[in-house]
Parts: sequence; structure tokens; C-alpha cells
Amino acid sequence: MLPLPSLIDTHCACSGHLSLFTFHLSPVLPLAAFDFSVFLRPSPEAVLNNLSYLLVGLGLSLLLALASWVVAFVVGSIVGVMRTLPGRIAPSMGVCYVELFRNVPLLVQLFVWFFVVPDITPLLGDWFKQQVSPFWQEFIAGTVCLGLFTAARIAEQVRAGIGSLGPGQLGAGLALGLRRRQVYLLVLLPVAYRILIPTLTSEFLNLIKNTAVASTVGYLELAQRSASMGETTSRVYEAFTAATVLYAILNLLVMFLARALERISALPGFLGAGGNK
Amino acid sequence: MISIRNISKWFGEFQALNKCSTEVGKGEVVVVCGPSGSGKSTLIKCVNGLESFQQGEIWVDGISVANQKTDLPRLRARVGMVFQHFELFPHLTVVDNITLAQCRVLGRSKKQAVDKAVQLLEMVGLVEQQAKFPAQLSGGQQQRVAIARALAMDPIAMLFDEPTSALDPEMINEVLDVMVKLAQSGMTMLVVTHEMGFARRVAHRVIFMDRGEIVEDRPKQTFFENPETDRARQFLSKILTH
Amino acid sequence: MPFDWSSIPGSLPILWQGMIVTIQITLVGALVGILLGMILAVLRLSRSRILSWLAAAYVTVFRSIPLVMVLFWFHLILVPLAAGLLFPGQRLELGLLTALTAFSLFEASYYAEIIRAGIMSVTKGQFSAGLALGMNRGQVMRLVVLPQALRRMIPLLLTQAIILFQDSTLVYVINLDDFFRKAYNIGNTVGTLNEMILFAGAVYLVICTLTSGCVRQLHRKLIVSPVK
Repeated sequence: MLPLPSLIDTHCACSGHLSLFTFHLSPVLPLAAFDFSVFLRPSPEAVLNNLSYLLVGLGLSLLLALASWVVAFVVGSIVGVMRTLPGRIAPSMGVCYVELFRNVPLLVQLFVWFFVVPDITPLLGDWFKQQVSPFWQEFIAGTVCLGLFTAARIAEQVRAGIGSLGPGQLGAGLALGLRRRQVYLLVLLPVAYRILIPTLTSEFLNLIKNTAVASTVGYLELAQRSASMGETTSRVYEAFTAATVLYAILNLLVMFLARALERISALPGFLGAGGNK
Repeated sequence: MISIRNISKWFGEFQALNKCSTEVGKGEVVVVCGPSGSGKSTLIKCVNGLESFQQGEIWVDGISVANQKTDLPRLRARVGMVFQHFELFPHLTVVDNITLAQCRVLGRSKKQAVDKAVQLLEMVGLVEQQAKFPAQLSGGQQQRVAIARALAMDPIAMLFDEPTSALDPEMINEVLDVMVKLAQSGMTMLVVTHEMGFARRVAHRVIFMDRGEIVEDRPKQTFFENPETDRARQFLSKILTH
Repeated sequence: MPFDWSSIPGSLPILWQGMIVTIQITLVGALVGILLGMILAVLRLSRSRILSWLAAAYVTVFRSIPLVMVLFWFHLILVPLAAGLLFPGQRLELGLLTALTAFSLFEASYYAEIIRAGIMSVTKGQFSAGLALGMNRGQVMRLVVLPQALRRMIPLLLTQAIILFQDSTLVYVINLDDFFRKAYNIGNTVGTLNEMILFAGAVYLVICTLTSGCVRQLHRKLIVSPVK
């Protein structure tokens, strides 16, 4: 049987020597009929069986996505708002952030957070490399990386959302004596976020897909697990079909929730920006 | 009450306001008219600091607008503004639109704010719509709510930036009626508008602006019967033939 | 900070080899992707419900799974299968071929959406005007709709290519040596991993910032008269 994909050894301080999972091409896999009972057979790596192995992977993907989303939403909103502020400093900082995180490939960013940053950070870095378990190292690096990466995209959307409200809303808020911070929090953002629900949903779906990149540093999410299940059981078709179906189900679930959110937050009669014009 | 002295403003190379000066006394109703692009909206937005200006001074109730140390939000809370496109907050009900700034800026309790809101909605004739959202109201109704929203702050003066220009003709009067009532109650008002009927009824003075300058600034009677300048005369003849 | 950049100049030839792979993936993926995407877009807009549905299914499937999984799919199943069928018994160097195929088919689904949206953004009025002048459907598409649609699409197509350029780094998971993988390997071997990662990142940053700046300029020039 083929050697199991060897996982990344912890990147311990002693060496930078990492071995990544290697796939050896088997001779042509026979196009046998699908055998779905493979999911119920016990898996060497999972607690229960192959199906549970994949489901845990799905859970890990979702977990990473949710954690990253929190980071991305907060940071992205701040940067997006910064880009709409008057003056030159705040908008420029916003532009720099967006340009930086959008023009470096996601994989490279992940490696920076996982390898470079702990290495060059004086005290925290060493603690991270030595005291934190591999799983948490991968999870934290993944969350920071995906969070900041997605934040750049969310920032652009927030900026566009606020822009679509028109300058009058800000003026009306200020004219009442509200401070700029209050106008953003009480007037502009509540309306902008409602408008942005569809785009933010698709951004979240992208984020879920992007969690697969974390497998390169050893995070055992769904895509990686489907490949390794395919290797161990040599039922590659079934494994990948299952993973595809699971991603699709997750997609549908997210979109369903998003539509529910849209319905709950909908304002009667309000059909997008400028409803009162 | 409002003192505008030698205001000049540039947008880059383009000069929008050129040495504009005028005074609005307590209880006075001043109408600002003129062709589009004459700078009327820009001027009125300078009064509460929504637009900045490069030269000149504006004093509102003794407070200088351009002074760096002036707490602009506090000043703005004392001067009400009504916009051409109403600008109600679409995610809040009518009542919440009116109570938002009362609570957040003036620190009133929710109950106080709602009482005041209902009282004002009665005055503008919209108390039954209090739980509705702006998008469910007609333009005229929205503008009346906007006036109530501004009045809820107990302002010392009210600024109107073309309040009826975005309204369908049949709704203009309902808004003008509210404004007339307000004027008759003694509110200091600076109104940018094309509605000369309103000016004739309640204005004390009329200011005519053209290309960024105040061309005429006369008592209502003399302005309508005998405008000094040709530009004003032309403008009036075009408007009044409707 | 004790950074040692000295290994970079010497490794430039190797890195360049990797960059060639990256460029190949980007160019082939984009060109084939756009061609295939155009076909898919036209299929989706066609009158035949079966064809439309098939194209929609293709696009939906490829857009709901991660690129990493697509690469795994092709690497483990499809390419060995095809190779086994076409060239039985031979051991082939399939890494690059896998990458080119996978990226082309994957990008096609994204390009299909861009193209479809571009075509649909040209109003029906334009289409009707063309028909009213006596042109047949094909002519209207070719002479009226597509030229306008292309002006809208080109910046988006180019932006997608820049994204593809960045996504090409994911061939890491199928052990193909692109620019980044080469940088990583060198860093690993020589012991300057941090420096190589940062250097590679800087290279991507510069290339992508410049090209996306150019695309923005192009975008500004193309939007002379918006139709919709």
C-alpha cells in the first residue's frame, strides 16, 4: 500500500526541516464502480469511520472560517471606514493595507505568519514555537492570515457600501449635532451592512474555500482529509465526491442563513440605497 | 443671530462663493434665491460648518463657525437643517429618527424624547405614521418628518436647503404650510428655495445670488416690486411666469 | 534583525526557472480559461435548456470547491487516468500538465461568470436596435453586443488573471516547483527560509501592485461612455 501522506513535523526551533505530504502516483486507478460503503469502514486516523473523518475535517474547515471571519469583519470594517474618512492620512493607510494584503498570494501570507513571524518575534515568537501545540499554531496562523487577507476584501466592500449611501446621510447626521463616530455607528454602518449582506455572504463562502490553504502547514481540514482518505482507502472518487458534496451542502446552508438574515433585517419598503429619494 | 461676513470659498480652482455678507436677525425669515450653480446651497451649508470656507467669518449666536476651538457638533445641535432629499435615516422608524439625536446629543431620556417627537409629529400632522419607516412614506410626508426631526433639537435657527425641490408638485404645499406656521411662530429661518409664493407670504427679506455672489439683499416688498439689478429682474421674470 | 539576504543573488537562476513555471500556468490558465469561459457563457445564455443547465452545473461545481481540492482531484485521479489510458505503462512527468489542466478548467468557471455578466450588462435596447436595423442575431452579437461587452469585461478579465497569478502558488500542494516553491526549497536547504519567503512575497507584491495599477488605468480609459 502506498505510504500515508506524512504530515508536517512541527516546525521546531532546531531545524527548519519540514517534510510535506507527498503523493506518489499509483498505477492507473481502476474505474471501479462507486463503493460508498467505504465511508462506514473504520479509518486508521478517525475515531469512528471514514465518514466521520471527513465530517471532522468539515468541522475544522468551518471552525477556521468562523474564527477568521471575526477577525476579517472587524478589521475590514475599520479599514473600510478609514477609507471613507476625510483628510489624507486615514484613507492612505487604508489603501496601503488593502494593496498589501491583496497583492501577495494567500499561500505566501500564510507561510509568513506561520514561519517568519514566530521566528522573528522576540519573546512571543519563541513561546509560540515551543509552548503552543502544533494544532493551535496552525489554527492561530491560519486565523490571522485568512482574517487579515479577507479583511482587505471586506474593506473594499464596506467602502463601496458606505459610498452608495450618498453624502447626504452623513450631512444629515452631522447637522443634528451627532459626532462623526456616532453617525458612522448609528446611521451609516447599520444601513450599509444591510446592503452588503449578499456580497459579504459570498465573501464568507470564499473564506470557507480558502481554509483549504491551511492544509499546507498541516491543518487537517476537509480538502486535505479527502485526499488522504483517498490514499488510505484507495477510493479516491468516493472520497472526493463526498468532500464536494459536503462543501456544496455547507454552501447551501450558508446561503440559506444569509437569506434569512436578509429577511430579518429588511426594512419595509426599502429597496437598496437611496430608498427615500 | 447669524452673521455672515465676507465669505469666499473655492473648490480647487473654482470659486463657489465670492465675498458674501449678510445678517439674519432673531425671528427673521430670509429667503435665498437664484439660478442653479449660484452657490446658495454652498453658502447655507457653510453656516453650520458642513462646508468649510477659506476666507471670511460666520458667527451663529455669538459663536464663530470657523474657529478651530469651536465645538461644531454642539453648534450644529443648536441650528436645525432640512435637506433637499429629506435624508431621513432609512433603518429607523419615524419616531426613532426624531429621538436619535435628542438622546445621543442632548442626553434626553427616551421618554422625554418620544413625548417631544409625538408633539412635533402632531404639529406637522403625521402622528399616525410614527411607527412607519421612511421608505413607506411619500416625499412630502418624509420632508415633514425631517422638519420635525430638526425641530426636536429646540434649535435657535433653522436652515432649509431647497426643501421642496425634490417633491412632486401636489406635495409641495403640505411642506410649505408647515414652514409658514414655523415662520409665524417666530423662528429664525434661512431658506434656500424657488418658491416665491412662500417668500411673499412670510419672508422678511430676500437675497438673490448669482455666480457665487450676493447680488441683492432687500426687504421682500422692494425686491419683488422693484429689483435693482438686471440679473434679478431676469430671474424673477422667468420664475414668476409659472 | 539578523536577516541574511546573501543567498538570494546566487539563487536567481533557479528562481527564474520557477518563475517560468508560474508564468506558464498563468498564461495558459488565463487564455484557455477565457476561451472555455466564453463557450460556457454562450452556452448558459443559449436557448437550449439542457446546454444552459450543463454549463450552469459546471460553473457551480467549480465555484463551490476550493482550488486546492481541484488540484488534488486532477493530481490523484484525472491526469493519471488520462495518462494511463493514453500512454499505458509509461511514467510521465505530469506535474506541469496537471497544473495547466486544472487551472484552465477551474478558471474557466470564473471567466464564464465575468463574460456572462459583461454580455448581460449590455442592455436589451441595444440588441433590439441591432435587430431593427435588419441584422440577424449572430451579427448583432458580434457587431453590437460583444464589442461593448468586451470593453466592460477586459479590466475584470485581467484582474482575474492577476488572481490566477497569485493562485498559481497553490501548485505547492501537488509538489510542482513554481517560483514560490523554489524559493521555499532554497530557503529550506540553505537555512534562510524567512528571507526567501519574504523575498518571494516582495516579488509578488511588486508584480501584482504594478499590474493591478495598470489595469486600473486601463479601466479608466475604457469607461468613456457607460451604456447602462
